[in-house]
Amino acid sequence: MDGQPQSKDFSVKFTMDEAQPRVLDRMAQGLLGTAMDRPEGRMKVTGTAPYAAEYRREGLVHGMLVRSTITRGRVTGIDTEKVQSMDGVIAVMTGGPLVRNPAQGTAHEAPAQSLPEVFYVGQPVALVVAESFEQARHAAQALTVTYDRADGADVDPATASDTETPEDDVLSQGDIDTAMKEAAFAVDTRYTTPPHSSAAMEPHASVASWTDGRLELHGSYQMLRHNVAELADALGVDEADVRIHSPYVGGGFGAKLGIAPEAVAAAHAARELGRPVSVVLTRPQVFEMTMRRSETTQRLRLGSDAEGRLTALGHEDWVSNLPGEAFAEPTAQGTHFLYGGDNRYFAQTLARVHRPCAGSVRAPGEAVGMIALECAMDELAEATGIDPIDLRLRNLPETHPENGLPYSERGLGDCLRDGAAKFGWDTRKPAGTRLEGDWWVGMGVASAVRVNALMNSTARVTLNPDGTALCETDMTDIGTGSYAILTQIVGEMLGLDASQIEVRLGDSDLPKSSGSGGSWGAQSCGSAVFLAAQGIRKALAEKLGVAADDLTLKDGTVTSGNVQHGFADLIDSPLTCEGTLNPGDTADAFSIAGYGAHFAEVGVHRDTGEVRVRRMLGVFSIGRVLNEKTASSQCHGGMIWGIGSALTEEIMHDPSDGRIVNHNLAEYHLPVSLDVPDLDVVLLEDTRDDEANPIQAKGIGELGIAGAAGAIGNAIYNACGVRVRDFPATPDKIFPHLPETD
Amino acid sequence: MIITLTVNGRRTELDLDPRTTLLDALRHHLALTGTKKGCDHGQCGACTLLVNGRRINSCLALAASHDGDEITTIEGLGKPEAMSDLQAAFVQHDGYQCGYCTPGQIMSAEAMLAEVAEGWPSYVTRALDDDPTLTDEEMAERMSGNLCRCSAYPRIRQAIGAVRDARASRTEAAE
Ligand code: FES
Ligand code: FES
Repeated sequence: MDGQPQSKDFSVKFTMDEAQPRVLDRMAQGLLGTAMDRPEGRMKVTGTAPYAAEYRREGLVHGMLVRSTITRGRVTGIDTEKVQSMDGVIAVMTGGPLVRNPAQGTAHEAPAQSLPEVFYVGQPVALVVAESFEQARHAAQALTVTYDRADGADVDPATASDTETPEDDVLSQGDIDTAMKEAAFAVDTRYTTPPHSSAAMEPHASVASWTDGRLELHGSYQMLRHNVAELADALGVDEADVRIHSPYVGGGFGAKLGIAPEAVAAAHAARELGRPVSVVLTRPQVFEMTMRRSETTQRLRLGSDAEGRLTALGHEDWVSNLPGEAFAEPTAQGTHFLYGGDNRYFAQTLARVHRPCAGSVRAPGEAVGMIALECAMDELAEATGIDPIDLRLRNLPETHPENGLPYSERGLGDCLRDGAAKFGWDTRKPAGTRLEGDWWVGMGVASAVRVNALMNSTARVTLNPDGTALCETDMTDIGTGSYAILTQIVGEMLGLDASQIEVRLGDSDLPKSSGSGGSWGAQSCGSAVFLAAQGIRKALAEKLGVAADDLTLKDGTVTSGNVQHGFADLIDSPLTCEGTLNPGDTADAFSIAGYGAHFAEVGVHRDTGEVRVRRMLGVFSIGRVLNEKTASSQCHGGMIWGIGSALTEEIMHDPSDGRIVNHNLAEYHLPVSLDVPDLDVVLLEDTRDDEANPIQAKGIGELGIAGAAGAIGNAIYNACGVRVRDFPATPDKIFPHLPETD
Repeated sequence: MIITLTVNGRRTELDLDPRTTLLDALRHHLALTGTKKGCDHGQCGACTLLVNGRRINSCLALAASHDGDEITTIEGLGKPEAMSDLQAAFVQHDGYQCGYCTPGQIMSAEAMLAEVAEGWPSYVTRALDDDPTLTDEEMAERMSGNLCRCSAYPRIRQAIGAVRDARASRTEAAE
């Protein structure tokens, strides 16, 4: 070996145990961080990017799932005969591997397979397969299912008999009751948020086929390494016999983290019938059979001294899920480390109810927890008479208020200060004093915070002698910009123009990455790609007998000393390196999170109470920005989700049977273009988080939503003096309390 | 039943189940999957295409009711190596994220620009007999039938605005 890596198949493993040098800052290409267009963009805008449902196989047949119409009980009969005689019908299937609901994110095992038992209205109970989509749909509608109904199932979390308050989740530090009594100012307040739907525009879809005992499934999934394990477990086969393709995902937002009913049904039917099967959920089925975000009730207790310094902070919450599901909305996650206060109390109560499954929806925890916390902080600002920004700045702790850990990069103070200046915060008026025409106008602010996690990830990079490169991983791009940022990392490290780089994603046979979710994809998978490219740089340096740091790679040339080389001078065959990143000690030694500040200006109609968002600014501190364009687009997305959760989005459950009444896009109100003003996004410049990972970047996909709705709620209060504590802030909750005007 | 559609300039005869929507005729029978299905209920706009130059939700239309019609889909606007001005603007302005609503947004925008050129008013137009100016608010209203859960709205409007301006200056130059 004479000390030289062989030209192929070497690997680099790295564990994030300590702060890392800013290697990327020393690179010369100048590609990373720029507002590069997405390389796959041309495919998307011309309709040539293939999404899951669009794969066509010879002999493909169509499956349609049938939903339960009862809340709780057993399926006692399925009248197969009647539909078997309908045109084109091939089979009716029930029981077996069909799953009750999707796997929770990173579950790595099959979700509950409960048939014939039924746990909620909308649970899949059967699959009808026919030659055409129209035939399958018709037969599914015609299928008669009989049930043995169990009465009295709990559907309302407020009255559910089965509740859990896990001791592990209770945190009691100091004495909050006494601290609240002795506080100069105290706010003890309750907020509620409704269930939300991810409502990705692409409905869940799977096309399954088996060849020589191996399943190939085109699906729409976020985390392929886990999805393979979940699907294999559901079907009772080896993981090695399952391959999933998800090169394009039409939105995920958590709904596509875990394997869902349509994938298992398609794979099962394809195996039984020996034909490729496509199963696409209808929009109502997406609402019912995939994850909802739990509703929350939250009690916030904030006590402060005369100067507004917190002495007491309590955040208790009540959420729900189906029996047997391990997931509970981590409502207070961000509250634990955002603000100080010596006396603290946290507890969570989970009610078991027969509503569709609750799971991760964009920024589980902070998305709703920060609404309550940030509105409560606004209430405290009002009580103390201290400016809301000043109040927040006074309460940023030196170290984590519960475990004393130091913070890694935390730009919150700068975000609040810079944002205030940019937004014109100093022109804000006292609550209910600014009437312009028919509109009360006001401003609100909220902090943004989202925990940051690093996950095991592997990626493979190949450099070719002709100066092209290939990057391969099972990572997905769910609209987040993975294709773009991985291209940029490779280009930056190897000195290549983006046009010379191909990024191949979304195939479970490729090296296993973190997948997309929890805002950890870009940094985890990006770090693995960085490591692989760094391995290639080292190999090139060794060929030249110099240190990797002494190489300059730019525009396809390698410069060392004063000598320039082409790649073909150094390698005569492709050079491949696999990089693996593992989280390490920094995760336990530091409190690592993304931070930001939201500013909103709203108008509240003086007669109707209608709220219009007039302008919004988000300032974020996320370590290294990998692509200015895709990162700020992610922020837009989060902020607009904030508008939705502040003003319109709400899953409504029928109080008698728990079913989702508004299971469609006409009645579940996503923000539309007219609800969204031009948004202003600022990403703090030159920020780096050295403790987070070797590329110093943090997640951005979820930070943008965290706190956004709180800023809007606070702006509503500032506009008209009405404090909405039950979200969304629809006009009926506002106009009865509006001040009289003439 | 046999129907004839002219899709992106090509006449095709199709033998379809009468229940087949125009959207499914394209996606399942003509392998034109650029037009997306987001809801199948006329609630999201992902399936927007042009019928005889006007935008419609193709999931709400039975193929049979369009016998003889001229259909334009996203595939008819441009190709990856030869994008239309709107398509290129969406890439440049990042007027998308996951890309699933995008073909519908682009088709809708194409028709919307024509509607404005013909003087159609909208809900936010101040006076019915004025020629509407395509302000950001007008664009927002006229594009509100196309949902984008990734929430690319501000940049979708930037992309459309850039094309509005470019087309206007081309027209001026020609005059
Ligand atoms: S698919 Fe036609 S409007 Fe949604
Ligand atoms: S780009 Fe994803 S829904 Fe619009």
